[in-house]
Amino acid sequence: MSQHEQFAEDLALYALNTLQGEDRATLEKHLATCPECRLELAQLRGDGALLALSTMGPKPPARARQRLLDAAAKQAADSPRAQQTRESASPRRSWWGALGWAATAAVIVFAASLWKENAALRQEVMTWRALAGQQTLELENVRNVARAITDPSVERFTLVAMKTPPQPQGKAFYLRNRSNLVFVANNMPPLPPQKAYELWLIPAQGAPIPAGVFKPDAHGSATVVNPPLPAGMEAKAFAITVENEAGATTPTMPIVMMGTGE
Amino acid sequence: MKSGDQSALAELYDRYSSVVYAVALRVLGDTGAAEDILQEVFLQLWRNPGAFDSARGSLGAWLAVITRNRAIDSLRRRKPETDIEDVIVSVAPDLAAAADRSRAAEKVRGVLGSMPTAQRSALEMAYFEGMSHSEIATKTGEPLGTIKTRIRAGLMSLRKAFAVAGGSSG
Repeated sequence: MSQHEQFAEDLALYALNTLQGEDRATLEKHLATCPECRLELAQLRGDGALLALSTMGPKPPARARQRLLDAAAKQAADSPRAQQTRESASPRRSWWGALGWAATAAVIVFAASLWKENAALRQEVMTWRALAGQQTLELENVRNVARAITDPSVERFTLVAMKTPPQPQGKAFYLRNRSNLVFVANNMPPLPPQKAYELWLIPAQGAPIPAGVFKPDAHGSATVVNPPLPAGMEAKAFAITVENEAGATTPTMPIVMMGTGE
Repeated sequence: MKSGDQSALAELYDRYSSVVYAVALRVLGDTGAAEDILQEVFLQLWRNPGAFDSARGSLGAWLAVITRNRAIDSLRRRKPETDIEDVIVSVAPDLAAAADRSRAAEKVRGVLGSMPTAQRSALEMAYFEGMSHSEIATKTGEPLGTIKTRIRAGLMSLRKAFAVAGGSSG
């Protein structure tokens, strides 16, 4: 709306027909595309009209009335040749009969087109809002899924066969074409200070690729979400080693956990 | 030529001629010139009645605006700048009846009276003398921006005063 603020004062001057030069050209250009400003212009003209309407004075001389009617009659009589002014193509029939004091449908309604433009604009805005709303909803869904995995307050349940102690377990969810990786671990043994686990993507060929450094929480759980990965790497397996806190660029043996694709 | 036409024109004249004449006279200060404007405005309306959209705003207000513009053009010896068709005026009260008009006139005078003097004079210079904001600035020695602001503020005060009265089409 700041653009309209800029025009607000010029609109007032324009309404009084006193805006000149470049300012005027700029405003006219803007008005051609802005129904809101055109509406404001009409209102400003109305405000100005109040000034005009407030003028009081003597009535016009009596002769003026007849003079007018005579001139009108003459014009009607001369009508095929009376086309001197730059006129719109009004049909040569009697308008005055149709122009009652109530609204007449035969009149060119600029205001109606203004209203239509406004309505069309409003419709467009509504459509965009609906689209934005939809996208927001989808985003919300995605966020919900991510939250279920990564939120610290999420409760985790590891199911193991009865009568066996819980084993360290990790699951890697890898979307190759987007290089998206979500890794979830359970029952990881605690580490000495200054040590961390590191996840590795084992490609079909070449050296293992670092895929995130993590430390388990008090319950032995950990997550790694979307670490930076080279695009489109094919993963033969994922593996975990123990490294210094800062992580390493090549794995330090032994491998403590590993898994191939299901 | 149909007699019905003439009587419609006559009726319009009877209703609105005093508004038109008063505005023209205020601007031009000359009865002969004011009368010419009076003729011109009604003849033009009669030639081109499609120019006025009665669904929005009042004929009286529209005529007042057209008259003022024509009179200013004449005063400043300019060619008419705006096509009569292009002028859309949004004002609710019709003020065709003299009583309504004198009440409105009083109200406007009240608003003008309570305006800061500088604001009122800028507004009147712009409205009744057709002075541009740069001309007003030169005349008053005030900055351009100040004059622009005053003119707009003046119009807004009028709008507010009449909006409160109710019936503003907004």
